[in-house]
Amino acid sequence: MELTFVIKYFALPMLGISFILSLIRIIKGPELQDRVVAFDLLAIITIAFIACYAVLRQVFALLDAAIVLALISFLGTTAFAFFIGKEKDND
Amino acid sequence: MIDIICSVLLIAGCVFVFLASLGMLRMPDIFTRMSASTKASGFGITLIFFSLIIYFEDFYLTVQLLVTIILIYLLSPVSAHLIGRAAYFSGSKLWFKTKIEELNIKEENQDKDKD
Repeated sequence: MELTFVIKYFALPMLGISFILSLIRIIKGPELQDRVVAFDLLAIITIAFIACYAVLRQVFALLDAAIVLALISFLGTTAFAFFIGKEKDND
Repeated sequence: MIDIICSVLLIAGCVFVFLASLGMLRMPDIFTRMSASTKASGFGITLIFFSLIIYFEDFYLTVQLLVTIILIYLLSPVSAHLIGRAAYFSGSKLWFKTKIEELNIKEENQDKDKD
C-alpha cells in the first residue's frame, strides 16, 4: 500500500467531499457568522489539499503556502469578527 | 512499514476533517457548528502533517510543519472565540435545546435549604 495510492483514491476524494459540504454551508448559511465559520473550515481543508498535493508531486516548496494560508485565514476571520461587532454597534 | 503508518495517519486525518465539515453542515446552531469544526479540523490537520513528517524524513520540513501545527493550534481557538463573541453579541439565536447552566448548583442547594 503506497502513500500515493491512498492519497489518490481516498484522501483527495474525501477532502473534496468535505470541501463541497462546507461550500453548501456557505451558500445556505442563514447569517454572515455561519458563512465566516464555514470559510475558516474551508481554509483548513485547502491546507490539507496542499499537503496531499505536495506528497503527490514531491515538491516541498508547496508547503510554504500552507503556513501563509493559516495566517491569512486567521486574519480574515478576525477582520470579519471586527466588522460583525461594528455592524451591531450601528444598529 | 513506514508507508502503512503514514497511510493510517493520513486516513485518520482525512476522516477527522470530513467529520468537521459534516458537523458544519448538520449542526443546528452557530455555536455547536463552531465547536464541531474548530477542534476536529485542527486535530485532522495535525495528523496529516505528522504523516508527512514521517514520510519525508527531512529536518527543515519537519521544523516547518511543526511551526504550522503550532500556528494552527494557537490561532484557530482565538479566531473561534472572536467570531463566537461577535455572533453572541450581535444576537444570533441559540438552539432551542441549549440549556445555559452557569454553575447554579449552589443556588439550587440554597433553595433546598430554605424549603
